[in-house]
Amino acid sequence: MENLVNIFVRSTFIDNMIFAYFLGMCSYLAVSKTVKTSAGLGVAVAFVLVITVPVNYLVDNFLLKPAALTWLLGDRAAGIDLGYLSFIIFIAIVAAVVQLLEMIVEKFTPALYNQLGIFLPLIAVNCAIMGASLFMQERDYASVGEATAFGLGSGVGWLLAIIGIAAIREKLAYSNVPAPLRGVGITFIITGLMAISFMSFLGISL
Amino acid sequence: MTLFSSKNGQLLLGPLSKNNAILVQILGICSALAVTAKMEPALVMGISVTVVTALSSVLLSLIRDIVPTRVRIIVQLVIVSMLVIIIDQLLKAFAYDVSKQLSVFVGLIITNCIIMGRIEAFALANRPWPSLLDGIGNGLGYALILLIVAFFRELLGSGTLFGVPVIPDLFYRWGYSNNGLMILPPMALILVGIVIWVHRAKNKDLIEQQ
Repeated sequence: MENLVNIFVRSTFIDNMIFAYFLGMCSYLAVSKTVKTSAGLGVAVAFVLVITVPVNYLVDNFLLKPAALTWLLGDRAAGIDLGYLSFIIFIAIVAAVVQLLEMIVEKFTPALYNQLGIFLPLIAVNCAIMGASLFMQERDYASVGEATAFGLGSGVGWLLAIIGIAAIREKLAYSNVPAPLRGVGITFIITGLMAISFMSFLGISL
Repeated sequence: MTLFSSKNGQLLLGPLSKNNAILVQILGICSALAVTAKMEPALVMGISVTVVTALSSVLLSLIRDIVPTRVRIIVQLVIVSMLVIIIDQLLKAFAYDVSKQLSVFVGLIITNCIIMGRIEAFALANRPWPSLLDGIGNGLGYALILLIVAFFRELLGSGTLFGVPVIPDLFYRWGYSNNGLMILPPMALILVGIVIWVHRAKNKDLIEQQ
């Protein structure tokens, strides 16, 4: 249990998707103009991450890893390594989960669906989602619980980051920014400063 | 239509500055910044993205009339991931060290917004040859920004370029030292912000209205 909390805290603050790896920057920059829409997108991204990371973890461990097919084929599977297929299978699962989520949300909560409408399909090509699955594969988590904690932590970290920048940008509308920096330029620099402040979490040893 | 008319030249050269994917359209930042701590991975990443963008634009432009609109996203993802798998395997075979440094970011080329953006915005409405030029141009524009950011980060952060020391020993003896902050992730964001600032100060028409 302690281990799961460690992974959650680490992926939320120390290895934050935006501030440490710049993943999901495109929608982060495009959508962060108001807090309300950013919170909606952030929750959707976190939700997709919580589902796709464990699903991809199971697929990776029971289909793709070297000799992972032993449970199905016995000893004959020892030489089979489908690792090179992981990109295409991960992206297919992400796209399928996003599609499924879109249909479920439309069916059961039409109000939320209308609010998120345009952002939902875009989540499929959000780098943070694909990136989390690839990091999960690289870091080789020990159980599906750890993978879920990592997915949840990454999602919450992304949500924090986008709400933070949206709140700053709402205030920034009243400031006198140098003309060539207006809009995207100043957002980059503020994100950089936020990333420096997040680096203070590096001192925490877990 | 000749192969190198001025219109086609514009497709190739426009994205290098006036229509740059990173600076102007704000696409493809996701996988861009993490690989810019050193010149070498930045160069490899730039070349890989250029190849994938160019080839995927051509392939999708060739089949644009036979793919139904409803399933086009899936078709695009499959073709792009196929190309990225090929690149990944090539890197693992011939440039293993760089491939280890780039780690997950090779896989993230699939979700690079530049590629999907150029396919959606250009290749699906144009013939293969202009699509190829457009893909190469946008890939090179992306590589250019990566190299500019990586140049400053490696020079100021490690005192090297492509791993070769360029700051003379004398400087270090006089008290110069490398700026460790440059290697850390936040400086990549701030440097891109500064590049955007300089670029927009030169091209006044790109400045955003308040």
